[in-house]
Amino acid sequence: MTTTETHTAKTVNELDRVVIRFAGDSGDGMQLAGDRFTDATAAFGNDLATLPDYPAEIRAPAGTIAGVSGFQIHFSDHDIMTPGDAPDVLVAMNPAALKSNISDLPVGGTLIVNEDAFTERNLEKVGYVTNPLDDQSLDAYTVFRLQITSMTMRAVEGVDIGKKDAERTKNMFALGLMCWMYGRPVVGTEEWLTTKFAKKPAILDANLKALKAGWNFGETAELFASSYVVRPQAAAPGTYRNISGNTATAYGLIAASKLSGLPLFLGSYPITPASDVLHELSKHKNFGVRTFQAEDEIAAVGAALGAAFGGSLGVTTTSGPGVALKGETISLAVSVELPLLIINVQRGGPSTGLPTKTEQSDLLQALYGRHGESPVPIVAAYSPAHCFTAALEAARIATKYRTPVFLLTDGYLANGTEPWQLPELADLPDLHVAFAEGFNHTKTDGTPDFWPFLRDPETLARPWAIPGTPDLMHRIGGIEKSDGSGNISYDPANHQRMCELRAAKVAGIARDIPPLEVDDPDGDAQLLVLGWGSSWGPIRAAVRRARQGGAKVAQAHFTYLNPFPANTADVVRRYDKVLVPEMNLGQLVKVLRSEFLVDAQGLNKVQGRPFTAAEITEKIQEMV
Amino acid sequence: MSITAAGTDTGTEAVALTKRDFTSDQEVRWCPGCGDYAILAAVQAVIPEFERKPQDVVFVSGIGCSSRFPYYMNTYGFHTIHGRAPAIATGLAVSRPDLDVWVVTGDGDALSIGGNHLIHALRRNVDMTILMFNNQIYGLTKGQYSPTSEAGKVTKSTPFGSVDHPFNPVSVALGAEATFVARTLDVDRPHLTEVLRRAHAHRGTSFVEIYQNCNIFNDNAFLTITSKDTKEDYQIRLKHGEPIRFGPEGSRGVRMGSGGNCEIVSVDDVGVDALLVHDEYADSPGLAFALSRLAHGPSSPTPIGIFREVSRPTYGAGITEQIEQATVAKGEGDLEALLRSADTWTIA
Repeated sequence: MTTTETHTAKTVNELDRVVIRFAGDSGDGMQLAGDRFTDATAAFGNDLATLPDYPAEIRAPAGTIAGVSGFQIHFSDHDIMTPGDAPDVLVAMNPAALKSNISDLPVGGTLIVNEDAFTERNLEKVGYVTNPLDDQSLDAYTVFRLQITSMTMRAVEGVDIGKKDAERTKNMFALGLMCWMYGRPVVGTEEWLTTKFAKKPAILDANLKALKAGWNFGETAELFASSYVVRPQAAAPGTYRNISGNTATAYGLIAASKLSGLPLFLGSYPITPASDVLHELSKHKNFGVRTFQAEDEIAAVGAALGAAFGGSLGVTTTSGPGVALKGETISLAVSVELPLLIINVQRGGPSTGLPTKTEQSDLLQALYGRHGESPVPIVAAYSPAHCFTAALEAARIATKYRTPVFLLTDGYLANGTEPWQLPELADLPDLHVAFAEGFNHTKTDGTPDFWPFLRDPETLARPWAIPGTPDLMHRIGGIEKSDGSGNISYDPANHQRMCELRAAKVAGIARDIPPLEVDDPDGDAQLLVLGWGSSWGPIRAAVRRARQGGAKVAQAHFTYLNPFPANTADVVRRYDKVLVPEMNLGQLVKVLRSEFLVDAQGLNKVQGRPFTAAEITEKIQEMV
Repeated sequence: MSITAAGTDTGTEAVALTKRDFTSDQEVRWCPGCGDYAILAAVQAVIPEFERKPQDVVFVSGIGCSSRFPYYMNTYGFHTIHGRAPAIATGLAVSRPDLDVWVVTGDGDALSIGGNHLIHALRRNVDMTILMFNNQIYGLTKGQYSPTSEAGKVTKSTPFGSVDHPFNPVSVALGAEATFVARTLDVDRPHLTEVLRRAHAHRGTSFVEIYQNCNIFNDNAFLTITSKDTKEDYQIRLKHGEPIRFGPEGSRGVRMGSGGNCEIVSVDDVGVDALLVHDEYADSPGLAFALSRLAHGPSSPTPIGIFREVSRPTYGAGITEQIEQATVAKGEGDLEALLRSADTWTIA
């Protein structure tokens, strides 16, 4: 809190950053309230990061802990990296939401509860013996007991809708109140509601009334002494929008199609948390996008590979369990050397695991989860907006080197959002691909011939001759091929040569990617914090905090995990200590230790939630 | 965005194509005497009639003896993985409607490991021709029973006889509402050729079951219906618009019996008018299905020919149409506009 100013009758306090968590039953519309608050915040010009946290069950029994759905947003007047370690404000719509979230609220934090939901029955459902609003258990917090349900019902009185529908608008009341409290305009939400409920005027009316009532309640109730303002961020000049990782991935794929001139073909089977990429791409058929919802994960990747054989940009999107099923087809793509993108939006495993929660535990699967010598390049996105760039990179590598490529994102990146500075189209890479056009070899009798496995000497990529090309008719398949001609070959020496060539081709990509950048301001740090993927945000925030506390610490982050950037060995050997925070039980650390013989240490978390910056800061302080 | 292959056409269209144009330089490596040779010869002989250039034809296969087929065709070819050929071919056919796509598969490949992909390709009606060589055995893995092997089959993996109930491939295809379903024989070149013509001419997924003799692991499996002495009594040759008759001088026939089941009758006993008249184009697959149930293996009178041919929009055409409509409605995709499709704000 820096300055105080007055406006209307109430005080307005200026804050540099705030974390709000909306929590309620999965039927209470908390994700929607969070989304609307986020859009208002983005439009206002704050930096922000969000973390939706919802159950796997679509509607778990009402009022239970299993059914609690939460949405956290962190917004600020400066650049931030994470959705926030702990909320400053918790909005709890029922006892279950209170019980499952209160331990995250720091002492002195603001708690807004819907008192109406604290009935004996609801309290009993979650094992509260006494009402926490009445015993002294919440004394450490600033508690606002609001009758959100009844105030909402009064606000929508006279609108011609049923009691259930009326009650469902209470999320708009809560949203209106929070928008007042943090000076977010509601006009965007009003417009959004007007479009959404264009054909349901009564429902629209009720939602607008509830939203307004929430705002007005904040404005007039004696309860709230002040509202807050978080000024827009002084970010780099440019045009911004808010974007989630899954949307950014979809846009990256469309951009890759445009830039390469290859039509986009997506083969996919619905799976959480990847389905939104399928949904998004299905909307954009005017870009020539073909989306194919297959009968299973295997058909999804198979169709994508078939399309790639025909000259499309073949893509499949899935999560870990789906990747397990696609393994055999990915190996085929390695063997026939066709471009293919496999996008794994990682989630908690093994098996069904935590389908709606985030994890980074499929790195070893991407590296090694296939039969035979089967190298596949890996690109990993580090933030929601970075998914766009990462998708372009994955497409560039796949098409240039004629290889399947993994793009790893995760549930946190997929659903989390952040402001994205829109790129200038002219700055995007040229991904143009040339198909083979004519003969590339001469038979001993002098007649010209086409050899589908005669490689480019620099990239080791084979020619991509698509059906329809005259004279270049050829057959490819999973059986080992003779180096050059591509004919079936069981020759022992040839198999070794082909395995080595495929490995060398992937290893050679290290020459074609940027070096690993190290942030070591004074150049005298002894500890390197090294990560990959979505833990970038908390790592960055933790390093910043540790430095503020005087610690000398260097930081680097992998976007490319196979091959590693060419300078990786130099970087990791330069530091006495290397700390690798990952949302798994130590996968990157295992690879670093085996590849580079360094004594890297892991910091591991598999709780379905991203690291908090505090968790990493603590480890850094312990190690420096 | 559509795909245009590069390269210059050297003008093969000027000269009529022959079998030779579709024959690759690879040595054919099936066992001597295998039924696959006859099928390959028939396909290579008939395909020039279709007036597609070799570069516009693609053979996709799975795994098994039959799936080596693409290597012997001088077209584009993709020998893929076990059971997945229909899925891989779907991606190719949907993204490249200009190509002539064929799938070559076997009874294990199509009906066991790849059963799911087969039925979904059939229900979607992807524009391709599926040739399923049925030899009722696993050949490439050296002689285990297959999903079409008769119950009680003694093989290496079933020394006490198989306890599996077999699939009837034609029934499976009709159950999946395939738009073209036929059965033919490796040893009957004219019948095989005519079925290939019809299958290729059909728009959508054509499913052709070809009884194919594996002379190593399941020799003479189809002898009853193929041998000169018995074929008249065991082949029920389906002809559109004609009463279904077979046997010496057409003495036996098929009529609709009780409970929706077809039954074999003596024509003398019931009269020609009581016989079922074959209708390839019937909208409902019901009658064709009832016909397919007449024989549960080639040891009793077995219908061969075209069970069903109906017209239904193809999956690829539906996708292409949606792309065209979206492009008309929204204009060709504009990347800049897409990226800016949400609320934006500008920092100066």
